[in-house]
Amino acid sequence: MIVVVDYGRGNLFSLGQALRHLGAEYKVSSDPAEVLAAKRIVLPGVGAFGDAMRGLAERGLIAALKRVAAKGTPFLGICVGCQVLLSAGEEFGRHDGLGLIAGTVARLPAPRAGDPAAIRIPNVGWRHLDVRPLAPVLSVLNGTDLVYFVHSYAPMAADPANVAATIRVNGADIPVAVHRGSVVGVQFHPEKSGVAGLKLLRRFLETEFAR
Amino acid sequence: MSSHATPPPRLIARLDIKGPNVIKGIHLEGLRIVGQPGPMARRYYEEGIDEIVYMDTVASLYGRNNILPVVEEAARDIFVALTVGGGIRSVADIVAALRSGADKVAMNTAAIARPEFIGEAAKALGSQCIVISIEAKRRGEGRWEALTDNGRERTGVDVLEWVRKAEDLGAGEIMITSVDQEGTRRGFDHALFQAVRRRVSIPVIGCGGAGTAAHVVDAIERDGLDAIACASLLHYGHAPVPQLKAALAAAGIAVRPLAEAA
Repeated sequence: MIVVVDYGRGNLFSLGQALRHLGAEYKVSSDPAEVLAAKRIVLPGVGAFGDAMRGLAERGLIAALKRVAAKGTPFLGICVGCQVLLSAGEEFGRHDGLGLIAGTVARLPAPRAGDPAAIRIPNVGWRHLDVRPLAPVLSVLNGTDLVYFVHSYAPMAADPANVAATIRVNGADIPVAVHRGSVVGVQFHPEKSGVAGLKLLRRFLETEFAR
Repeated sequence: MSSHATPPPRLIARLDIKGPNVIKGIHLEGLRIVGQPGPMARRYYEEGIDEIVYMDTVASLYGRNNILPVVEEAARDIFVALTVGGGIRSVADIVAALRSGADKVAMNTAAIARPEFIGEAAKALGSQCIVISIEAKRRGEGRWEALTDNGRERTGVDVLEWVRKAEDLGAGEIMITSVDQEGTRRGFDHALFQAVRRRVSIPVIGCGGAGTAAHVVDAIERDGLDAIACASLLHYGHAPVPQLKAALAAAGIAVRPLAEAA
């Protein structure tokens, strides 16, 4: 069973709509035992990093999520659900993350004065991704696909090998999709990215990750 | 195409909701039923709209919020971002809206009455989901007053001071509606849009007055706005989404192409 993890911070409705649209059967759960038994995990989320980690901790989900990642269960984190995959976050003070991918969640760079391509923060809207060659799941997107972002922070993976895709923000290439083993995180919202997002979710559901 | 190109500005469909219907007025008054939220949102999504905003027009008046079942119903099989406004008064209201499929909430009356609410909301859910909606009434050259309750109530609050304060408190976006132009189809209040854009560093959504696709192109080219919210233009079919995008593309502005159906 696909388990959508409910820790009180997610936009579960839209994600559920998207999974149902794709014909996937899923269960929404905040039970660590059900998380451990899941065939696939989707970790959604909106809000601030520290608050999200608190929501996971209150439900005893931190250890369960680390165990499913360790045993190779396909695992997709979305938005804040992607951010908490990293070691730590810097929103409203420094907070520990799940530490499944080394790196820090940091604020997007501010626009530079006089930059005609300046992007205001929060970064809100549809963007093309620069997808790394052979990146799992993300490589389903092609050059004409755009995906929807609404964020001020991004998952700055420490090891370039863990970066699956970037976007250009105010002069810097910012990681917006990360991966390690069977764990994939996307800062954007596939459930809000029209046909391109549905395509990406379908690819996640069909991907067999090498053990 | 690479991500290095300037990102496309967002075209937003604004649906003003009263009970089970989408309504539209002029200067936010004289409201008339133009359709039902579900089918209208569905059509705009299929035509390639980039976002949808639902505004409950009576929530502030009656002190209640009954738009969420409408949002849930309309959010089925629509995979673009939704913003819900009208009657948002507490962090609990925001959480309820997000659980019904909204990605962002738009706040006006409650934020003006108690500005600290912006900070509380941003801290709980992140600035990115807090849109401050402003109904701006021109009060002289370069001066606008913020109104509330769909333009019914005066506040004495200066719009250009308010937008700066809202950003400082943690707002993630400003949605600025010109009450003077709203529903007139005579074009946007460019002075207002430019002044607001200069005052803040967060994204600005312009609203109120578009009568032709050229007006929308103008607001993006001249005023540099990040997004335009349209109501009459779309609801009455004066410039459907594909025509708007074609006009933007013809002016050399990036647009999100409509992908093949999945």
